[in-house]
Amino acid sequence: MAEKISIGELHLSGCTGCLVTLADNYEGLFKLLDDYADLAYALTLVDVRHVPEMDVCLVEGSCCLDDKLSVEELKEARAKSKVLVAYGACAAYGNITRFCRGGQWNQPGHESYVPISEVVDVDLYIPSCPPCPQEVRNVAVMAYLLLRGNDEQKKLATAYLTPLMQLAQRGNEACGCDLMYDVINQGLCMGCGTCAGTCPVRAITMEYGKPNVNRDLCIKCGACYSQCPRSWFNFDVMNNYEGIMDAIKGAMQ
Amino acid sequence: MDVLGNYKSVISARSTDKDVLKKSQDGGIITTLFAYAFEEGIIDGAIVAGPSDEPWRPEPMVATTKAELLAAAGTRYTISPNLYLIKEATRSYGLDRVGIVGTPCQIQAVRKAQLYPIGMRDVDDKIALALGIYCMENLSYQALEAMVEDHCNQKMESVKKMDIGKGKFTVYTERGAVSQMPLKLIHKYVQPGCHVCLDYVANLADISSGSVGSPDGWSTVFVRSMKGNDVWDGAIKAGLFETKPMDQVKPGLDLVKKLATEKITKNQKNVDARKTVGLKADGTPKGLRNPYESP
Repeated sequence: MAEKISIGELHLSGCTGCLVTLADNYEGLFKLLDDYADLAYALTLVDVRHVPEMDVCLVEGSCCLDDKLSVEELKEARAKSKVLVAYGACAAYGNITRFCRGGQWNQPGHESYVPISEVVDVDLYIPSCPPCPQEVRNVAVMAYLLLRGNDEQKKLATAYLTPLMQLAQRGNEACGCDLMYDVINQGLCMGCGTCAGTCPVRAITMEYGKPNVNRDLCIKCGACYSQCPRSWFNFDVMNNYEGIMDAIKGAMQ
Repeated sequence: MDVLGNYKSVISARSTDKDVLKKSQDGGIITTLFAYAFEEGIIDGAIVAGPSDEPWRPEPMVATTKAELLAAAGTRYTISPNLYLIKEATRSYGLDRVGIVGTPCQIQAVRKAQLYPIGMRDVDDKIALALGIYCMENLSYQALEAMVEDHCNQKMESVKKMDIGKGKFTVYTERGAVSQMPLKLIHKYVQPGCHVCLDYVANLADISSGSVGSPDGWSTVFVRSMKGNDVWDGAIKAGLFETKPMDQVKPGLDLVKKLATEKITKNQKNVDARKTVGLKADGTPKGLRNPYESP
């Protein structure tokens, strides 16, 4: 077994749902920590007070510009980690913190919250609110293969992670509207229902085979857009679904 | 990759279940396989295109009995967003082993949801059986209505069966009338999203099935994955299908290959053409999004 990679979670303005999601891998989390990754930093899970050097830093929550410590820790995490991940919808797209206007007990002055890419460069996105434990697991295994694997494993991990890196390049705004702009308006939607199935707040219904987004319910988590098979689809990875799923399952046993 | 995808075996088959054959579009493969998978405990329920309030408009439903499967049997040539229920099936319905049937694009969505479960918590290992159906292109409900009522001159509610084959769209009514229209006339009704699809025979399904290549009333079945292989072997052992080797039926696998190649070649051209649809001020082409390249 090659040397483990180190993973940390930096907690900014989020609800801790992302951190809980990490733990939602149950025994899978122990397997990850036993064989593949050391948890270098994480609120409540690790007794480390200051942001350490890490291979992968998962950032949960958006960045409150009125909170100096948040801004400084985010910049420090960027400087000290090889791969910085916007972990969950708040970090990637702002999510419900997009709607914050301050005046909240006990920090009424905190009113400006931005997705972390407005403050630092982000390498990879894991959208959705909350993110899925299985996706975090897959990214962790792939990050391990990328940093510690042989050439073939590196190639697979690169292919797997590329779309998630491209999501980070695409920008920090996503909501149900993106389905309209980037999929339907572009003549790509074929009415599979994935977006409506994936929406955590049931803001999407299918009307005669096409998504209809209730904008008042949409929380801008980006799940619908990033899960849509027509937002991106990589044949090299998906055509080998059986092998890859067996490999991940095998790695977790 | 081959236009027919990876597969372990291909065979012409027909259900031996008379109840299924009465309702099924062709060989009754999907209905029979799901009914078998219920019985064997391979799946707890299956997401299928069930009936709705409007005639011939399918609505995704979770079927857990053979009666529900039979109510959903047969092809409706319009969109049923089956993936809508994939997460719900593991939640509200509490299924641990989910079966799902879908067109090639829907099976692609299933595999993406398993490999990249971004908004699909706890779904990846609960997909127990993904069955695919061949698909050339799909239609909105309104398009289907226009074809049946305007072109074929029949009321939607009076239609008993619709079929596509031999270059024609055919409508059979309850009272025995048969109306047809040439397939080339339906192209303007096809939903645009189908024009970039590069899969004809549901390459990523565990088992995929469709009428093309086999005689009337039979289906051509591709067994693709390890899981698909186990299920198919079990169903054959249980005597649920009569089969014929693919090289002994007409019109045979060559026709499947021909149609698959036609679809993929045509649509690859559409994907490529998107790169140069528009025009920049400096005279160079401006492109549309390519879903196979980047988000």
